[in-house]
Amino acid sequence: MENVVEILIILVSTIFVTNFVLTRFLGICPFLGVSARIETSIGMGMAVIFVITLAGVSAWLIEKFILIPFNLIYLRTIVFILVIATLVQFVEMVIRKTSPALYNALGIFLPLITTNCAVLAVALLVVQKEMDFFPMLFFSFGAPVGFTIALLLMAGIREQMAYARIPKVLQGTPISLVTAGLMSLAFLGFAGLVK
Amino acid sequence: MADREMAQEITEVQPLAVVPGFDLKEIAGDFLRGLWEEIPLFRLVLGMCPTLAVTTSAINGVGMGIATTFVLVMSNILISILRKIIPDMIRIPAFIIVIATFVTVTDLMMAAFTPELHHSLGIFIPLIVVNCIVLARAEAFASKNNVIRSTADGLGMGIGFTIVLILLGTVREILGNGTWFDMPVLTGIMEAFEYEYQPMIVMILPPGAFIGLGLLVALANKIEERRKGKK
Repeated sequence: MENVVEILIILVSTIFVTNFVLTRFLGICPFLGVSARIETSIGMGMAVIFVITLAGVSAWLIEKFILIPFNLIYLRTIVFILVIATLVQFVEMVIRKTSPALYNALGIFLPLITTNCAVLAVALLVVQKEMDFFPMLFFSFGAPVGFTIALLLMAGIREQMAYARIPKVLQGTPISLVTAGLMSLAFLGFAGLVK
Repeated sequence: MADREMAQEITEVQPLAVVPGFDLKEIAGDFLRGLWEEIPLFRLVLGMCPTLAVTTSAINGVGMGIATTFVLVMSNILISILRKIIPDMIRIPAFIIVIATFVTVTDLMMAAFTPELHHSLGIFIPLIVVNCIVLARAEAFASKNNVIRSTADGLGMGIGFTIVLILLGTVREILGNGTWFDMPVLTGIMEAFEYEYQPMIVMILPPGAFIGLGLLVALANKIEERRKGKK
């Protein structure tokens, strides 16, 4: 029972209280780049959840069984970014072979994920905070879920905004950033929900 | 008529006549392009994450800017040197390894010499690896041009990035804390009139970053529009 509560706390805090996009500023590029339509953001969100959860687990395993025993912690950044790039390639190949439908939905988003800083950030955070296996698992799952929620909200707002009359200088990036700011203000309301 | 044709020919040929790579005008152009025409963050929407996250104060902006500039210049130089050796098929992974190496160097150097700044920038120093600007310049410029031009390009882009970081850091620190580089600006002025400054804390918090940068980009668009109108 205690474990369930603990897991819930981890999930709520990573999804809402410290939302990856809106309070930690991770993954802003895809957040602004692919949030023009709801359909594409669902695809991107699913791909990100899949890759980040895997990346978190593999980073944790590598740190525990390779980097620490061989005293190679200073190579962390290089090793993790290589693992992530390889992982993304691998996932792409597996999906293409096993499920063409899924590949059609996620395919074009997968290469983009390598440079999504949320992936490397999760990998670095789980080892920096020295989490245990299960908290790590739910942290690496909750973080991209939070990202996806923010992405979907943003896509919904932007679809509506397409009909609004926006001053010329604010069109495009500026108005998206200001919108994100207001969303972030709303998410501040979750602060203090979980201690 | 013949004269004019001749003159045209000369202007066309001249840049080629100079030893390639030592055309000062071209190098200056590569450098200056990063400062306004293609200034990262305003023109190219790249490298948002560190920008928004670390600019709670101007000094953090300077630190992040210098770290990114260092990585940009060094990786541009090395990639430009290696551009003929790296096979085309695996160039992106190769670039990423080069960039990650310099980021690790920066990370360890900052931990050793500026521990306070290292602490406040935190996870965003290793994240320079996935800062799109660095990879974008490697792919778009350094992999196609010689060492000197690539250096100028990296330096220009880095300084352009730093300028925007300092601007955003300045706005956020002055409004949100009343200070600039830890000097009392707004607080000092208000004290002179015997008022107490009530800081706009929201500017230090995440929403301030988004809204501040959004308005700065809009301002840059406005200036560009004016400039074009005048031409």
